[in-house]
Amino acid sequence: MAAPPGEPRRVAYLYLLPAFAVYAAFLLYPIGRAVQISLYDWDGLTLGTWAGLDNYVAVVADEGLRAAFGHALVLILFYAAGPLVIGLALAATLNHAKVRGLGFFRTVVFLPQVIAMVVVAVAWRRVYAPDGTLNDLLGALGLDALTRGWLGEHAFALPAVGVVGTWFETGLVTVLLLAGMSRIPPQLYEAARLDGAGAVREFFAVTLPSVRGEVAVALTLTVIAALRTFDLVYVTTRGGPGTSTTVPSYEVYHRAFGLGQVGSAAAIGVTLTVVIFVISLAVNRFADRRTT
Amino acid sequence: MIAPKRRPRGARAALALLAASALALAGCAPGSGAPPAQPSGARAGASATPVNTDPASLGDVTLTVWDQEVRGGQAAQMERLNAAFQAKYPNITLKRVSRSFDDLTTTLRLALSGNEPPDVVEANNGRSSMGAFVKAGQLRPLDAYAEAYGWKERYPESVLKYSRYSADGKVFGEGNLYGLPQVGEVVGIFYNSAKLTALGVSPPRTWAEFEAALAKAAAAGEVPLQFGNLDKWPAVHVFGTVQSRGVPAGQIGALAFGRKGASWNTPENVRAAEQLVSWVDRGYFAKGFNGQGYDAAWQAFGKGQGVFLIAGTWLLADLREALGERLGFMLPPGVTAGAPPVATGGTGLPFAITAKSPHPDAAAAYIDFITNAEAMKVLTDTGNLPVADTGEQTVPEGAQRDVFTAFSTVSGKDGLVPYLDYATPTFADTLGAALQDLLARKASPREFLATLEKDYKTFAESNG
Repeated sequence: MAAPPGEPRRVAYLYLLPAFAVYAAFLLYPIGRAVQISLYDWDGLTLGTWAGLDNYVAVVADEGLRAAFGHALVLILFYAAGPLVIGLALAATLNHAKVRGLGFFRTVVFLPQVIAMVVVAVAWRRVYAPDGTLNDLLGALGLDALTRGWLGEHAFALPAVGVVGTWFETGLVTVLLLAGMSRIPPQLYEAARLDGAGAVREFFAVTLPSVRGEVAVALTLTVIAALRTFDLVYVTTRGGPGTSTTVPSYEVYHRAFGLGQVGSAAAIGVTLTVVIFVISLAVNRFADRRTT
Repeated sequence: MIAPKRRPRGARAALALLAASALALAGCAPGSGAPPAQPSGARAGASATPVNTDPASLGDVTLTVWDQEVRGGQAAQMERLNAAFQAKYPNITLKRVSRSFDDLTTTLRLALSGNEPPDVVEANNGRSSMGAFVKAGQLRPLDAYAEAYGWKERYPESVLKYSRYSADGKVFGEGNLYGLPQVGEVVGIFYNSAKLTALGVSPPRTWAEFEAALAKAAAAGEVPLQFGNLDKWPAVHVFGTVQSRGVPAGQIGALAFGRKGASWNTPENVRAAEQLVSWVDRGYFAKGFNGQGYDAAWQAFGKGQGVFLIAGTWLLADLREALGERLGFMLPPGVTAGAPPVATGGTGLPFAITAKSPHPDAAAAYIDFITNAEAMKVLTDTGNLPVADTGEQTVPEGAQRDVFTAFSTVSGKDGLVPYLDYATPTFADTLGAALQDLLARKASPREFLATLEKDYKTFAESNG
């Protein structure tokens, strides 16, 4: 059988080599190294000792670490689910009403995304302080009984951190959805209206299915943001009060740089990566199947 | 879009490559590039060799120094002392690298494991910093220099113990000397004297008088004790102060240095935890303290909110600026008026010499220069609290003199007890979180102590 015309196909790999070399040096090698370190008991200074899967067993067995992953899952509600619901409502309204100055509103809604998370966290820390803005507001409304040190109470600290996430991510989700909705052909709405659909029916029959791709992108981004939350917790609560707001990323940093448990930190990092990978894969599978 | 069912060949090739590189990696354990820790015999030999205490005779030397003296008076004293050192010994060139405390802590680990570490470094006393470096053989024992320069005569042992470790890094608080600090610190009670006068109370001389003053302040509608514990660690200082009223100093030392043979489950510790909780119940602490930042809390005290503040002497300069003559400071009073002084305290970060430094003599001469009697005067002039010769400095009357008197009294009488979070590598977290739980009444005093006991015992047993 004659070879296909042109240069041998394998040459193509040669062209990929430079990019692959960079990719391998800065991504694959560090990942491989992290996986390797996670199998050792290493303090970052002296020779590590082989620990096998002990570090991974600890991730599952350690009550504190399990709790940290649990907190990250709760944060998904605030980072992904909340912004998606608010974003859908906001985007549908903005798109439907054909408001004047749409660009202005879009900018305002998107603004939190422009600010560095550390700055956001410092600002919200002040808002939540016992003598902060939130308590002042509640006091002005005569709701003095509700005032408290929001980040200092076991029941409220995690939701308080989560609300910051909602505030932060809603803009991104809204802008993504707005972009998707603006591509929906007006004929679809006309047809729906001729069939007698109201605004709500229209939303579920036309708008929502059309932006499924954008929803998937938004969910992927926000879920990842929720799972790798670090700076927000680092600045606001450092995992407190007690251990009620610990998150895996903070544990990674803390163990590697604070406690010198580098192997354990790497194991948490790898586990977190796998969890993020699986969840994003699930989100994308879900969105893909529905569009075809 | 449909996800392809068959994995394309490229992906398979990439996976194979990934697996191959992982296998290649498995050949070398992490840390295998690091130097093996020197056997302790070799180190003892090194410290027995004669040392040269005349820096002028050392020829041209460049010393790299990593410090964290970046703020206000700290930066000022370092610049002045470095300039004086350079002027006196032109053959030694100083290369100074200064970073904030947090940055230094995170980068020092990497710097020390390199092949050309800095010569002199400021290393935090705790087990996860200095202890880990000693264990890895990265710091040089300074005992020979301490002999030659007479450091042991100038520094009280209650100060030097914070820089002592056994050669294997396991025992903290005794053994070889690995560093020398410039400044001291002690946790005591700041008070607003104007508020005390208004309440008709004089500075308390016993612990019972202190509690009575708190009660009086609460009844008058003042904030008795300013407090912000969002950052987790501030409560450690408050608890340490309460605890050291009832628990014998020897026991606190064993607990806080993580040595075998002590226990958190003692009636004295239970009483200390109960007393702290009773202060919460009686409303002695500022409202919402677990949700208030440390900085925000002492700043509020500076603005006149709060009668007392249990905090370290490091706040002196800032609080003096805010409160002026109204600010006072005292050691936590004892159970009786004549009881020997006991307070949580220690030193600033000690300066240490790296094991790989080719110029240990010059490095030691530098450390001696920035801690000698002349240096202590410079430290005083720039608003710091010198760790040695504290009582001999001349300072104006007021809070600064209060602080100097307090430190020289307590360090001279061996009354300093270590920070409780030194105990184990994880104790800062354990204690910080447990105290937040205790103060929020999520844990009873006994549950609180059981949490501490578990961390302490686990470490003390495994540490041998």
